Amino acid sequence: MSKGYTWRITLIILFIVASAVYLTPTLVSSLPSWWGGVLPKDKIHLGLDLQGGTHLVMEVETQKAVEGSLDLIATDLEDSLTQKNLRFKKIGKLGGDKVQLTLYDRSSADEVVKLVKKKYPDLETLPLFDEGGFVNLQLRVNEKEAQVRKDRAVAQALETIRNRIDQFGVSEPIIAREGINHIVVQLPGIKDPKRAIELIGKTARLEFKLVDENVNAATASAGNIPEDDELLFEKRTDPQTGAVSETPIVTKKKAMITGDLLTDAQVRIDSQYNQPYVAIEFNSTGARLFDQVTAANVGKRFAIVLDSNVYSAPVIRERISGGSAQISGSFTEKESSDLAIVLRAGSLPAPVKILQNVTVGPSLGADSIKKGLVAGLIGVVLVVIFMAIYYKLSGMVANLGMVLNIVYLMGALAALGATLTLPGIAAIVLLVGMSVDSNVLIFERIREELRLGKTPHAALDAGYDKAFLTIMDSHVTALITAAVLFQFGTGPVKGFAVSLSLGIIINLFTSLLATRVLFDAFLDRVHVKRLSI
Amino acid sequence: MELLGKTNIDFIGMRKLSFIISGIIAIIGIIGIVQISRGAANLGIDFSGGTSMQLKFNQPVTTQAARDALAREGIKEVDLQEIKDGNKLLIKMRKSSTGSEKVADHVQEALKKEFASNPFVVESSTEIGPSIGEKLKSDTLMAVALSLLGIVLYIAWRFDFKFGVGAVLATLHDVLAIIAVFYVMHKEVNLLLVTAVLTIAGYSLTDTVVVFDRIRENLHKSLKDPVIPIFNRSINEVLSRTIVTSLTTFLASCSLYAFGGEVIHDFAFALVVGVVVGTYSSIFVASPIVALWEKIPAEVKA
Repeated sequence: MSKGYTWRITLIILFIVASAVYLTPTLVSSLPSWWGGVLPKDKIHLGLDLQGGTHLVMEVETQKAVEGSLDLIATDLEDSLTQKNLRFKKIGKLGGDKVQLTLYDRSSADEVVKLVKKKYPDLETLPLFDEGGFVNLQLRVNEKEAQVRKDRAVAQALETIRNRIDQFGVSEPIIAREGINHIVVQLPGIKDPKRAIELIGKTARLEFKLVDENVNAATASAGNIPEDDELLFEKRTDPQTGAVSETPIVTKKKAMITGDLLTDAQVRIDSQYNQPYVAIEFNSTGARLFDQVTAANVGKRFAIVLDSNVYSAPVIRERISGGSAQISGSFTEKESSDLAIVLRAGSLPAPVKILQNVTVGPSLGADSIKKGLVAGLIGVVLVVIFMAIYYKLSGMVANLGMVLNIVYLMGALAALGATLTLPGIAAIVLLVGMSVDSNVLIFERIREELRLGKTPHAALDAGYDKAFLTIMDSHVTALITAAVLFQFGTGPVKGFAVSLSLGIIINLFTSLLATRVLFDAFLDRVHVKRLSI
Repeated sequence: MELLGKTNIDFIGMRKLSFIISGIIAIIGIIGIVQISRGAANLGIDFSGGTSMQLKFNQPVTTQAARDALAREGIKEVDLQEIKDGNKLLIKMRKSSTGSEKVADHVQEALKKEFASNPFVVESSTEIGPSIGEKLKSDTLMAVALSLLGIVLYIAWRFDFKFGVGAVLATLHDVLAIIAVFYVMHKEVNLLLVTAVLTIAGYSLTDTVVVFDRIRENLHKSLKDPVIPIFNRSINEVLSRTIVTSLTTFLASCSLYAFGGEVIHDFAFALVVGVVVGTYSSIFVASPIVALWEKIPAEVKA
């Protein structure tokens, strides 16, 4: 009698072959030359906890991006009004979403309103109001527009960070947006996480500001400098002692030239002092501006400011045309190369804050893999021995099913490009126990049926049939939790959920179909009086 | 081979003792949960926010020496734990300490200075901002609630309501038991523990389902017999398979606990505890609850 086990055996073998094919890239150190075309080349991905690396979650401070754009609008309006000979008292950012223009009279105010509406159609112009003899005009970035700007800031930050990481050189980085304003960065196998984090997290706003020579920087404090000035510091690190000194410098608030006008930045070595510096190239607008500013300010000092730190403040000796300049300061070669990278990749539209930083060293990862494998092997051996003793030959069938389970699971992990984490390994070990569980349910049932005096064949059928619902129940409940874990978990926990849910589904197949085929095939060919169970 | 022959144990009769034991465990578990939500338990930094590092030194370092060294550098409020195997030191600081993002660097520099003759490597370092912790906390609560709900719905669909309640109470009991053990032993409550707890919730249910299946079967077979003997008979009938199924999973978790390394040590411990408690609860918690419930209308009729 045939129970149609040919197709079942075919299926089992097909799955074994598929698993073997998918696992080949993982198990073989170098693939043979003919391995190509449709054959898979992906290995099982290892989570950061196994291969070492850094996982960062960053928040883009999007509100600052909106405020930054308000500053730009204010500066731009100042220039435009001056050009059009429209007199104004003050233009500045007000709160987190407004720019306020203080004007002298209504008639010029009306002119300004027209100009603003044409220039910034996205902004909301609030009604004019008088205050202290002046006319005030407020421009507001409304909720929707702010959202657009914030969204753009995050997208831009993502792009910039990707650029920086590409230039820094990390293999297989993951850079992804998460939620509204979070960016997740994974850097597998990175050697110097601290340096990478500094590189990624730097806002890198480069500004050239004129030094205000009328103010004595030594006695200046934030309160006693003119309103359009600001107090910055130049940090210098002594290369021998490592001591840091800070020199105060008072500059104009307004930046004459900014980093977005750069086209290139390269590290060079100063032949005279053997000091690295960064050579920068401006685009045509930048070059023209630089030419104008230097021509108009010969003899004055020009501060090169990066993220509110003065790198250097050289004296402008002559008009500089041609659009190239250099940033020197007391930095090491590494620092200067990182500076060149961030200048090339561009600045972040807003500062980023590191919310989560998980770094695993490669040694711990390797150790975890080793220990996970050892624990798994010992678990397998213990279970195999127990099953062989307790259920004899049938136990060995269950053990075979368990091994099949592991092979399928690994194959599925490779095929789906899933990530294996340490908890994921734990899930596999747990499945070793759980997979024979199902067989235990079946075997106990068969034993009961045998005790009732049924023939081996009848007992086998009854055992599988009656255990079926119980096994379904137990697998579905386990799958519910695994699915929830998958939905909510991140990183290692997600890896656990992936291994667990795949394992549960595969186990359903092996315990209900695969092990049974062995019994059926055996009982059909050999006439047995007693089942070894 | 058979572990247990035919048994005839009055499980339901032991309910007074088992209810007292389980009641105490559940109360401790509830206290644990209250303490966790108050932040008074040993909360992992993935929930509380903060910094944790694992360092591997060349020579052994005692926690006291490390604590003194860090205090000299102005770093206080540190949780230190020594891992004997391989001169490792776990350092944990909750968010309060300095508030800056550079805590890990600060600790490294301090230890480099204090233990100049005993170099170390940073095996892992984790810094988590408080906002992530908050998000994780709410996500976790959501996950626990959702999976419990899913389980209840499934069991209610597959069995009748009384069995559903019994199964859920038993599962809840197991969750509380693991939390109680972790709370009493002052082990860290972190994301991995939650993972273990949810896994056990699923697993414990499996075990309960095995017992319930048989009880239901026997109830249908002998409608006229008194309820409690049927329950006892059913449990005795499936006793060996209940124990054997748990045994294999128990063996696998024990192997993880003993050989899996420090990263998943506590996780594996939770699994070991969970497997044991899960087996106990399906016999001594879930079944008596349903038995008592089934018995009440029967007695009224008689």
